[in-house]
Amino acid sequence: MAAERTWKLHFGPHHPSTHGVLRIDLELEGEKVIKATPIIGQLHRGIEKIAEDFTFHQAIPLTDRLDYTAASLNNLGYVLAVEKLLGIEVPKRAQYLRVIISELSRIMGHHLWIGSAALDLGAMTVVFYAFSDREVIMECIEEASGGRLTPTYMRIGGVAKDVTEKFVERVKYFVDMFPVKIDGYETLLTDNIIWRQRNENLAVISYEEAINLGLTGAVGRASGVNYDVRKAFPYSSYEDFDFQVPVGTRGDAFDRYMCRIEEMRQSVKIIKQAIENLPDGPVMADIPYLNPPQEKVRTDIDALIRRFKFVLSGFKAPKGEVYQSVEGSKGELGFYIYSDGGEKPYRLKIKSPCYIHVSALPAMIEGYMISDIITAIGGLDIVLGEIDR
Amino acid sequence: MAKAKDIIKLIQKKFKKDIISAEEFRGEAVVKVKKEKLLNLCEFLYKEKKLLFNLLVDVTAVDFLPYDRKPRFDVVYILTSIDNEHRMILKTEVDEGEKVPSVYHIWKSANFPEREVYDMFGIEFEGHPDLRRLLMWPGYEYHPLRKDFPTKGYDFEQTWDPETIKENVIKF
Repeated sequence: MAAERTWKLHFGPHHPSTHGVLRIDLELEGEKVIKATPIIGQLHRGIEKIAEDFTFHQAIPLTDRLDYTAASLNNLGYVLAVEKLLGIEVPKRAQYLRVIISELSRIMGHHLWIGSAALDLGAMTVVFYAFSDREVIMECIEEASGGRLTPTYMRIGGVAKDVTEKFVERVKYFVDMFPVKIDGYETLLTDNIIWRQRNENLAVISYEEAINLGLTGAVGRASGVNYDVRKAFPYSSYEDFDFQVPVGTRGDAFDRYMCRIEEMRQSVKIIKQAIENLPDGPVMADIPYLNPPQEKVRTDIDALIRRFKFVLSGFKAPKGEVYQSVEGSKGELGFYIYSDGGEKPYRLKIKSPCYIHVSALPAMIEGYMISDIITAIGGLDIVLGEIDR
Repeated sequence: MAKAKDIIKLIQKKFKKDIISAEEFRGEAVVKVKKEKLLNLCEFLYKEKKLLFNLLVDVTAVDFLPYDRKPRFDVVYILTSIDNEHRMILKTEVDEGEKVPSVYHIWKSANFPEREVYDMFGIEFEGHPDLRRLLMWPGYEYHPLRKDFPTKGYDFEQTWDPETIKENVIKF
């Protein structure tokens, strides 16, 4: 018997399982979701507007604050977009270091996801394991850049500074130790009957629907969309590395989980190849209008003046528009820059994957129970800093 | 994988008169089309086997107020083909107060980005099913990403006037 009346429920913005300040207006029939309307914008800081007043170099730290669980990936996307606009080539060592740092960040993002998604469903053990392993990565990134959560390691033309011997040791330690830990997560979750029953056949999105809704990353790949920016549009020497892209078949929350687990394994594989074949050489491109390398600044007066000019007034970029994307930890993270020939980005648009995924949320949860929303959001892996920008 | 030149050639063959400009910049095709033919071109890009742009990555806009250009805005569409692995930037021109046809019925991923362009630039999309403010709150007067809006923002009174709320809140 159909219920006689429906009722409204405001889910969030302070509900812990919305992973931030996401609000969903629900229309319910009993416990069944009839209509869902996501409402975003409570963390809107206007990063795109602020960036218009900054020079290209000054805008790098802003991008850290987008997806703060995997900050270096955002840096990479932005600096790659500016480099594409300028048309410059980055030294091989810097490219490999970028790959290592961004793959470490990807695993960091997945750590936070696996911890919090499991915590939402009451599996408390996973979050402790995930965060203690996350700490090992944090130490690696701290050794390289000095920062932990928001490292700002990438620079236009290379990376901030060269890595130490200690960094290489730490990364090698992590690469050796981590595959066993992934097996540990799997024993806790993949074989867990509660986890399986709550995730399987939930929030199902078909192949055609996934492309039409614009789903990328693990969410899209779970539906069978074989699209990875690292493979389709290789950047930063990703074509040198041997790795596979996991693709799901059913498109449910459980496949999204399995895709991310496999993605972590592939990330470890990439880091291993990169750290073993790390080439020698400079980590910054020596281009007259860019920031000169650190050693030069200390010995060469011309380089010192160049740095002064670079920091104070920036450099002029050619007129034109570019779109450059990277495979973020959540999906395709893109930066569109329109330059009018000045030293500031005339318009910077950030294409965030979570933003598109939230717009697809109604298609996923309508028809399911209210408790399934929590599982669906957990499977989407959203970060509100990136959605609201 | 079609190169930018081939993409431009294919589009120009079909829509010769309606293309305002078509160029290659940093290896990617940037095509500007007349507003009236936008939907026809989008459908062509979506269906043509050699192009097959099945993923709409993003919709955004650029304001040219400081350049005193007419029409004032550029609406930008970033398209990717998952099967053919190429991408392009499609643009159209629109003046203040004019409407752009929505591409929602071709790509559902245009939902949020078109709402955001409406919110941030005040460009309305014709045929969008749910054109409301997205990031700013209902009842906010300005469009923040326009070039005449100061970065600091305007002072505003937090009006929780029941009448405004009633008008703007989602109706079930």
